[in-house]
Amino acid sequence: MTADLDYLESQSIYILREAYNRIDKLALLWSIGKDSNVLLWLCRKAFFGRVPFPVVQLDTAMELQEVYDFRDRIAGEWDLDLRVEQCPPEADMDQTLPPLTRAAARKTEGLKNLLRTGKYQGIMVGIRRDEQATRAKERVFSPRSLEGDWDVKDQPAEFWDHYKTRFDEGTHVRIHPLLHWTELDIWRYSKREGIPIVPLYFAKDGKRYRSLGEKNITFPVDSTAGTIDEIIAELVVTRIPERAGRAMDNEAEDSFERLRSSGYM
Amino acid sequence: MDIRNELNGQLRIVIVGHVDHGKSTLIGRLLNDTGSLPDGKVEQVHEMSRKRGMPFEWAFVMDALQAERDQGITIDTTQIHFKTEQRPYVIIDAPGHTEFLKNMVTGASQADAALLVIDAAEGALEQSRRHAFLLHLLGVRQVAVAVNKMDRVDFDQYRFEAVSQEIRAYLAELGLHTSTVIPIAARHGDNIVTRSDKAPWYEGPTVVEALDAFRPQQAPTELPLRFPLQDVYKPDDRRILAGRIESGRLRVGDTLRFSPTGATATVVSIEGWNHSQPIVAAQAGQSIGITLDKRIFAERGHIAHHEEGAPHVTHRLGVRAFWLTSEPLAVGKTYTLKITTGEHRVTVESITAVIDIEDLSSTPAKAVHRNEVAEVVLRSRSPIAVDLASALSRTGRGVLIDGHDVVGGCIVVEVDEGPAASANTTEVSHAVTADERNAANGHKGGVLWLTGLSGAGKSTLAMALERALFDRGWQVFVLDGDNVRNGLNAGLGFSAEDRAENIRRVAETAKLFADAGVLVIASLISPLQADRARARAIGGERFHEVYVAADLATCESRDPKGLYRRARAGEIPDFTGISAPYEAPESAELTIDTGAVTPVEALGELLDYVDGVFGRNALKRDRV
Repeated sequence: MTADLDYLESQSIYILREAYNRIDKLALLWSIGKDSNVLLWLCRKAFFGRVPFPVVQLDTAMELQEVYDFRDRIAGEWDLDLRVEQCPPEADMDQTLPPLTRAAARKTEGLKNLLRTGKYQGIMVGIRRDEQATRAKERVFSPRSLEGDWDVKDQPAEFWDHYKTRFDEGTHVRIHPLLHWTELDIWRYSKREGIPIVPLYFAKDGKRYRSLGEKNITFPVDSTAGTIDEIIAELVVTRIPERAGRAMDNEAEDSFERLRSSGYM
Repeated sequence: MDIRNELNGQLRIVIVGHVDHGKSTLIGRLLNDTGSLPDGKVEQVHEMSRKRGMPFEWAFVMDALQAERDQGITIDTTQIHFKTEQRPYVIIDAPGHTEFLKNMVTGASQADAALLVIDAAEGALEQSRRHAFLLHLLGVRQVAVAVNKMDRVDFDQYRFEAVSQEIRAYLAELGLHTSTVIPIAARHGDNIVTRSDKAPWYEGPTVVEALDAFRPQQAPTELPLRFPLQDVYKPDDRRILAGRIESGRLRVGDTLRFSPTGATATVVSIEGWNHSQPIVAAQAGQSIGITLDKRIFAERGHIAHHEEGAPHVTHRLGVRAFWLTSEPLAVGKTYTLKITTGEHRVTVESITAVIDIEDLSSTPAKAVHRNEVAEVVLRSRSPIAVDLASALSRTGRGVLIDGHDVVGGCIVVEVDEGPAASANTTEVSHAVTADERNAANGHKGGVLWLTGLSGAGKSTLAMALERALFDRGWQVFVLDGDNVRNGLNAGLGFSAEDRAENIRRVAETAKLFADAGVLVIASLISPLQADRARARAIGGERFHEVYVAADLATCESRDPKGLYRRARAGEIPDFTGISAPYEAPESAELTIDTGAVTPVEALGELLDYVDGVFGRNALKRDRV
């Protein structure tokens, strides 16, 4: 019953290989959450065991300890070329943003700082369309200005798996190999493949993290799901959105759109 | 719902139709009535509507962007998941506004089936028809129609029948199969999930029943094998050819032929990672990697297939194209045609017809404008391995790229298997490959085409370059316009036809030299853009145009052969620059202004250029 997962996997591998062939100076953004872990796994499949580009973690020093432990273990075991990039402090953020959104914007600025170094032309990010309504509008290859701005009203045509892979000077591209996956797909695939998972996703004392973010702006949700199977069963019936535990999303009607237009993942 | 339904194969549905006919409303209602909206969404939409002083607006469920909600239109395509009792769906909302056609195409191209929404009062308007036509081009074959806003026409059966007849006839003409036309009122939920009591005369399915009746698209495993290469990896001592099988099946032990080169080899293994058992077979839809029994020249863009059922290999194809950008497609223009992973420089040879979306009639035209559909003939510089879209859609369609942007799409409707198409067999029958020749010579063969006015300095520059390259050990030869007229082209005069033929023969000869590994310097006035475009098409990707520019006054003052003086005196008719036009190149690879630089500087510039594109470093780049 996993033919649909084979299709998702194959499509993502196709995208990863297109990116690797067409884009010089590629990096993968690793949040250490369930999605970017699947993404790393798919890279190892696509390139026969190795991840042939740097893996970047944008660090705010605000992740939970389990996340850091997991990062260090996996980076060693999978022989990743891990680059930890420090994000600027919250005081440097756009003060017109609502406070929690401002905290989230630190990662955007960390990413922009990284891009300003000119080290990378393509950044791979494990976002999915079903997470959030503006992400649903994303292209697989999404061109950005150097400052990360997303011109959502004028995105390139993208059809028949032909992606925009040529760019003007001073732009970069976000590549989204998991755009077509759902939260449920991620869990079913993680289970099938035996992909390591940060333990915070599993329920402890009636709570679990459904979406992992920094500890100041992410909260666990009510759940008794202590295994992958239980998580899958929970997701089939739930009507609670995945990012319900992400405080910044619901601060203002357009807070997430504003974050994304200025370069948030 | 239990997990089995969840896994029942997801179906992707695109909702298309004219702007304001209610696509987003239909989707909002569909999500709500199937219980697919997350908690809190309806309240959110209430709040968004209230803030804008509107009644509850279902479209806000889908229109995620601030600008979309403020203007009340969908700008970009979006996707949202929902479930019926039968299976999960991805709903793709495509904007109806003509401004955003590229977004509609982006959305619709990913769909298994489509729901076309038409306003009962307005009927099938321009965008309804355009969308239907594009569905057909994009390869979406299953279409249901929802006639919306039936409440505005009091659920009048006759009005419904009239709209229904009209759209059925149109779709049938496109070859689209319409199973169903449904009367609905999306805003009120009539015939969306539950049957409406306001249209007792209607006995067909509801929208949800119609969606559940669609079939998921199957990967074409039973068609001939097409395995286009994406990349070649060397993770260790293995050389893995990676790509996705677009159609058919492949097994270890199969003999594969690669088009357009014609090389053959046998599959030794299908490589995988984290597989417990060796993989012995793979099929359409799978991204794989294979190793071969011998080391052949194979790279991104080449298509592997079986001996039987090979693709066409051609330099000229007829396509049905749709155009997405404001700069029109025009005869003589050059684009990159990308089919699967293969990229080819193509020139528009002719535009056979532009198709009228309203009545599907055809009119000849010189240009194709934004949002138009047309029949176009393309000529490629390099041989293209391709299929007819009607036979193998995935290798029979492609995108047109101008600069950095995808500007159109096309499906292949005709393949010219003329003499040029035999490049495939020629290459195979040579015992020495182009790579070997290049390696032996230390540079690539190619054609450097010098164009410019008489007296601009073409011949001087050509001869100096020949000397300099020869002294460096290059295989180099000048084909001079005047010289070839004494032999190869002795029978030709100076009529327009003869001049064109003169250029064609020089181009063909230059190509042969280039095939033999020689760098050919062709030095001809070649005043017309069209003739040079043809020379380019013949020469293929190794053709480089150099515009030797000098203004007429400079050329006339030089007048090395005394021709300008005679032309001014009326002794030479149709003299380029005086009494016949010179069309300066618009996209020459290099321009050298001999009026502005010294001959030594001009030669230096040219040498640098030649070294860069044909020299050792160019060879090295090819090998990486």
